[in-house]
Amino acid sequence: MSEVLVLVDHVDGKVRKPTFELLTIAKRLGEPSAVFIGDPGKSDGADGVVAAVKKYGAEKVYVVDDAQIKGYLVAPKAEALQQIAEKASPAAILIPSNAEGKEIAGRLAIKLGSGLITDAVDVQEGPVTTQSVFAGSYTVQSKITQGTPIITVKPNSAAPEESEGAGTVEEFAATISDSAKKAKIVASQPRAASGRPELTEAAIVVAGGRGTGGNFEEVEGFADSLGAAVGASRAAVDSGWKPHAFQIGQTGKVVSPQLYVANGISGAIQHRAGMQTSKTIVAVNKDEEAPIFELVDFGVVGDLHTVLPTATEEITKRKG
Amino acid sequence: MNIVICVKYVPDATGDRHFESDNTVDRVGVDGLLSELDEYAVEQALQLKEKNEDSVVTALTVGPEDASEAIKKALQMGADKGVHVVDDAIAGSDYLATSQVLAAAITKIGEESEVDVVICGMASTDATGSVIPAMLAERLDLPQVTLGSVIESQGKEFRIKRDGDTSTEVIGATAPLVLSVTDQSGEARYPSFKGIMAAKKKPLETWSLSDIGVDAGQVGLDAAWTAVENTEERPPRTAGEVVTDEDGSGAKALVDFLASKKFI
Ligand SMILES: Cc1cc2nc3c(=O)[nH]c(=O)nc-3n(C[C@H](O)[C@H](O)[C@H](O)COP(=O)(O)OP(=O)(O)OC[C@H]3O[C@@H](n4cnc5c(N)ncnc54)[C@H](O)[C@@H]3O)c2cc1C
Ligand SMILES: Nc1ncnc2c1ncn2[C@@H]1O[C@H](COP(=O)(O)O)[C@@H](O)[C@H]1O
Repeated sequence: MSEVLVLVDHVDGKVRKPTFELLTIAKRLGEPSAVFIGDPGKSDGADGVVAAVKKYGAEKVYVVDDAQIKGYLVAPKAEALQQIAEKASPAAILIPSNAEGKEIAGRLAIKLGSGLITDAVDVQEGPVTTQSVFAGSYTVQSKITQGTPIITVKPNSAAPEESEGAGTVEEFAATISDSAKKAKIVASQPRAASGRPELTEAAIVVAGGRGTGGNFEEVEGFADSLGAAVGASRAAVDSGWKPHAFQIGQTGKVVSPQLYVANGISGAIQHRAGMQTSKTIVAVNKDEEAPIFELVDFGVVGDLHTVLPTATEEITKRKG
Repeated sequence: MNIVICVKYVPDATGDRHFESDNTVDRVGVDGLLSELDEYAVEQALQLKEKNEDSVVTALTVGPEDASEAIKKALQMGADKGVHVVDDAIAGSDYLATSQVLAAAITKIGEESEVDVVICGMASTDATGSVIPAMLAERLDLPQVTLGSVIESQGKEFRIKRDGDTSTEVIGATAPLVLSVTDQSGEARYPSFKGIMAAKKKPLETWSLSDIGVDAGQVGLDAAWTAVENTEERPPRTAGEVVTDEDGSGAKALVDFLASKKFI
């Protein structure tokens, strides 16, 4: 069986959940090989990464020491992947569909002369991909017809399935060209951890919009009672109430949780583009005409400043 | 400075977007416009021009006849000239082909004097791939300085702030380079009346594939590296129950609903 390369999504060696989803998908297409580009010495380092990906079926783990490349943007990672791909002749290459992943994939597609599909929400044998387009109003099935299929896959596209792989480590010394080092990372500031689940990975997302009036406490209290991630509309972000990392929508994050709760959000098409594929949608809005109500499974016409605190209290009470 | 902005003509997101029977995006049957996200690219190009004397801003689009509308809008905002690559053979192109055509056109624009900065939007509002800028950097062998929310430059030195998934970074590079900017980079200006009048006299060139030396057999639907097998309209979500809150009844009903779905 051919290898299927999976680029490991991690922060300083801590593997993020989408990696396990990609490994699960890779198993449908061939033999999963994880590609870890990072610092083998840091925190748990390569050992920790290998242990994590092995649990989800990685037969092989390519370890690329990023000492020479971490100060540069995207291009060196595409080169490393190209070199691994040329050696392994994989059946497909799966990359997390985040900003960096998509850019790596784009460059890799040109290097390998391969077709590229971005933002897949499902990948089945073939590989046949499913994408959700036009703000979630269409579902599209596609195939790659030339080269090694390169597919970027969105978070929550598969339920991670544990299955022990061999996890054989292969240190890979990539050769990075000078031309890949032209864009330098001059400074980097890690985002402070919120203690809440990651927005794109969370099972429940509670979001607030202009209707919060800038006071997110009620939204956050409600989110915490459900163990949810917190998000925001662009209006809330543009008002400076939340950083851009919280934004949901066309120009923010696209989320697809089990439950999405929109509070004081009108439901503009650009916002819908980021949440329309959520399984269950709930809204609290004081305007019964708000377009968000066209999407909901359950809605409350009311003031979020009274509805949310009461609901939070009720949930805490029921949980005992 | 010689600045090229890549502007895409897209179906209006607030209109009824759909696919043709051959599974390509219907770019004719719906109203189109300059992708709203590319207006931010135009704005940054104009600010760069204001900072650097003797700059020329060229708006470049690859698309069908109507796509010249995207260029016209950019010219009205203040770009100096336009280049429209249009050829029947381009219809149905995917990222690889589109980036190839754009790169060839940028190379041709640079024949007279080197292109210093190629500016793109963060994503097109129809394809939403956010990959073309990275692909252009790859094809043109230029530094990639993408997804900037704050753009600073001093002569040929550029610095951008990039709000990543897990961290915020400052990226630096020296022109010539490819830049892409987000919708956080600053409001785009509206065309003034004067700008609208002036745009009518600005040069707009139309190039075919042979003008830029791209083989027609390498692009378009038949040569695409990806094939759409099926497109299906998602059934509209049927609106569920909506209750009106009265003295806390809304909160209770909400919690009951969440409990019934096992979220509590
Ligand atoms: C190119 C482009 C990209 C965009 N990208 C995004 C994006 O990624 N994400 C995004 O969200 N938007 C995006 N937008 C903006 C989008 O069009 C809307 O402007 C935005 O989503 C509105 O945010 P909102 O719903 O919070 O505010 P509004 O539309 O002002 O709605 C506020 C709502 O709150 C309700 N409300 C007010 N007070 C209360 C109260 N006390 N209790 C309950 N309800 C109350 C009101 O009835 C109203 O429905 C984009 C726009 C463009 C042009
Ligand atoms: N057909 C096109 N013509 C001109 N510019 C384009 C075209 N397609 C994409 N672009 C540019 O590339 C950016 C990203 O597009 P995409 O990768 O399709 O999301 C856009 O914001 C444009 O600046």
